[in-house]
Amino acid sequence: MIKDITQSEATEDGITDKQIDALIAKHQTDRNGVIDILEAIQASYGYLPPHALRIVAKKMNRSLVDIYGVATFYQAFSLRPKGKHRIVVCLGTACHVRGAPAIVEEFERQLGIKAGETTPDMKYTLETVNCLGACALGPIVVVDERYYSKVIPTQVRDIINNSHSGDRDTADSHQQQKTIGEAVPS
Amino acid sequence: MINLVINGLPVAVEEGSTILEAAKYLGFPIPTLCHLEGLSNYGACRLCVVEIGEGPKARLVSSCTYQVEEGLKVRTASARVVKARKMVLELLLASCPQSKVIQDLASAHDVRQQRFRQEHEDCILCGLCIRMCEEQMMAKAIGFRNRGENRSIGTPFDMKSEECRLCGGCMYVCPACQLRCTYMEPEKAICGGCANLSPPCLEKSSFEDMMCYMDPCVACEIRKD
Repeated sequence: MIKDITQSEATEDGITDKQIDALIAKHQTDRNGVIDILEAIQASYGYLPPHALRIVAKKMNRSLVDIYGVATFYQAFSLRPKGKHRIVVCLGTACHVRGAPAIVEEFERQLGIKAGETTPDMKYTLETVNCLGACALGPIVVVDERYYSKVIPTQVRDIINNSHSGDRDTADSHQQQKTIGEAVPS
Repeated sequence: MINLVINGLPVAVEEGSTILEAAKYLGFPIPTLCHLEGLSNYGACRLCVVEIGEGPKARLVSSCTYQVEEGLKVRTASARVVKARKMVLELLLASCPQSKVIQDLASAHDVRQQRFRQEHEDCILCGLCIRMCEEQMMAKAIGFRNRGENRSIGTPFDMKSEECRLCGGCMYVCPACQLRCTYMEPEKAICGGCANLSPPCLEKSSFEDMMCYMDPCVACEIRKD
């Protein structure tokens, strides 16, 4: 459901008030629907545009700082546009001792960005997470809902290329496949 | 009326009042930092800890947020309380040593040094300014942002707030920064930022628009130059 990510710079104008209004109307319940509304906006646009937060605050009759506080509190919300492919590296204790930091470093080196950042061409966002709950399979890398287990640094290039081409075949026999809600390859 | 015992003295106070208020009524001093009459109780600083209950069930609670209960037994200065309070003060000193308010409190409780890694934060996240802004000034221009170690207080997007009327209430109540803003009386300033300033910062070109949370804090801005 990621639309117009490449036009993110122009979203201030690209996202119409009407679209946001519709999302608000759908989820608003007294004053408790803030998270639902933000989730809906995030699902539609891939991130929370500042413009949208202002509209939400106005519609909900709340101060902007309330909405902003919620939006920055939860990890699930992002105020910056995300890349087309989301690469998540687990840095939980088990993955950490099995060498996840080296995986992150390798991704950072290959993509030329730091963890938490997005490549300038808006193709990749690199994130770390504290545990994915599959510690026996660590280190784990998730790319667009697809899980790679027992990753070693030499696989990093393949993982990036796989996600890039949209080619779902891979040499890794350990991997678990999950193909829910995949982004459509370009 | 609710009957309770504070430091062995029976007292009856109205339902809904806090231990802090009851203790104040009896004249027992409880130090506070994030408590201010007229603002809601928040319980952020933990300086007002008291011990309630007896024997193995005794526990520490923050008196500013704990409502009185029938038959409650409170000790406001037991050894355990004093120890906890000193620890809180040490932690406050570790994060924000330049605050005159914290220095005075530490001095009053005989805390001469602290054992933690020394930091120099501008903010102890007590939330006084946020409550001042919302509850007394009806503006709600500032609030908490992010979480965990990235938690901070400020305006959305770090931009000048539309709600803010430049009342200065936030700086007035701030225990960490109020003394940095006594630029008119340099002898009272303790951070040195303002005292080093000449000519006075009032002559700074964009002073009209400047205030802690809208633009960089006046004092910080000066210190930078």
